[in-house]
Amino acid sequence: MSDPGQAAAQRGFAMPHPGDRAPERRPGEASSPGQAESPSGQAQPPVVPVLLAPGSMVDLDAEQRSLRIGEILDRLDAEFVGLAPVKTRVREIAALLLIDRLRQRCGLTSSRPSLHMCFTGSPGTGKTTIASQMGVLLAELGYLRKGQLVSVTRDDLVGQYVGHTAPKTKEVLKRAMGGVLFIDEAYYLYRPENERDYGQESIEILLQFMESHRADLVVILAGYADRMDTFFRSNPGMASRVAHHLDFPDFTLDELVHIADLILDREEYRLSAAARDAFREYVALRMTQPRFANARSMRNAIDRLRLRQAGRIVAAGGSIRVEDLVEISAADVRASRVFGDSTDAVTAAEPAS
Amino acid sequence: MRLMQGTFSSLPDLTDAEIMAQIQYAVDRGWAVAVEFTDDPHPRNVLWEMWGLPMFGITDAAGAMLEVTACRQACPGHYVRVTAYDASLGRQTTALSFIVSRPAAEPGFRLDRLETSDRRVSYSLHAYAADRPSGERYGPGPE
Repeated sequence: MSDPGQAAAQRGFAMPHPGDRAPERRPGEASSPGQAESPSGQAQPPVVPVLLAPGSMVDLDAEQRSLRIGEILDRLDAEFVGLAPVKTRVREIAALLLIDRLRQRCGLTSSRPSLHMCFTGSPGTGKTTIASQMGVLLAELGYLRKGQLVSVTRDDLVGQYVGHTAPKTKEVLKRAMGGVLFIDEAYYLYRPENERDYGQESIEILLQFMESHRADLVVILAGYADRMDTFFRSNPGMASRVAHHLDFPDFTLDELVHIADLILDREEYRLSAAARDAFREYVALRMTQPRFANARSMRNAIDRLRLRQAGRIVAAGGSIRVEDLVEISAADVRASRVFGDSTDAVTAAEPAS
Repeated sequence: MRLMQGTFSSLPDLTDAEIMAQIQYAVDRGWAVAVEFTDDPHPRNVLWEMWGLPMFGITDAAGAMLEVTACRQACPGHYVRVTAYDASLGRQTTALSFIVSRPAAEPGFRLDRLETSDRRVSYSLHAYAADRPSGERYGPGPE
């Protein structure tokens, strides 16, 4: 019981040092003020030690290159068709993070911007796809540490009995730390018709986490616009904590054809010249029909084209060239029921998924 | 007397940032991180109470750090340690274990000698803290 740390004992429990050793830390530690202890346990962004003097010039382009911002944005432009508002917002966020970094170097305060987002839009406009890219993007920009995407729905957050919801939600949040938590169809969390529903509890935990762990994760809510509005109206706390509301516009005819081209390219199919015209007509017709799901419909249409092409080749029999395996003919496209009169047929063939 | 169990126990207590870095190392290797606590300091007390389940599937140390902080707050006057379990075939064992929190005062151990038949002596370690009931061993326990 001859412990010199006894005196230190009175200091409380929070972060005990062995009293006899606390004053002399390891040699390396004293020289790095950036490594200050953060009792909150949250990692500090690396602090650049040399402060820029007032009046000095900063090469913005060099900074941008070192962060690879241009590269990241170019990739976003190349991989995603349309979505202009989304791209603009990502550009703004990237710029803000760059300026924040510079401000930090000048010794100016730079608070961490809140980047919780809400994605609204029709089915198939790329909400989930963008969300998965957002994690990678924010990690590359240095906002998130890992950038993994944890995609959940109501089932993963809300428990089945009393006391089940909180641990379940926290478990998910823990997995999402350092990355993006994507809540698809977030409005299902809140069920006003059942006042004993556990969704509300889950929302409260989410709210608290979104505020207190802003540095650790970005929450993205996604869903259809009208129901999202209702959700936010009944949860004002959630609305005010989500800083960015991004509306995903419907794709235009040209964009849809472009998307289809990209899909076909990836799957190594090719439309013949006649089939290309027919396909354009097909898309124009399909857009006017009920349950049109933008890019998702394109994917489904291409799957059906492949089916018809395979059917045609097999039915013809005999020997074929390699090019025949790649090429989709106009007849394959024209065989679609969209060209017929019956709209019921096509809606039955493609239930909105 | 400072309890020395697990990795890093000869070093000064780790700061939170250092603990995070160690957890991140474990997580990056795919080890399952768990938080455990006890107030029985005996060296042969290897199975501590589990604070929640081991954290499978986390990718960032911040998640595990939440549990460390929560355990510290809920169990003042206890030892808290982080263990990392390596589930890979051929290892399947605890790969890393270190104390992240300890009681403010550690009274230490007494050596007991028990004379048995034929003048043989058997020795045992007795933690002074263990004289008091579990939960009250290091100052007042949680209410």
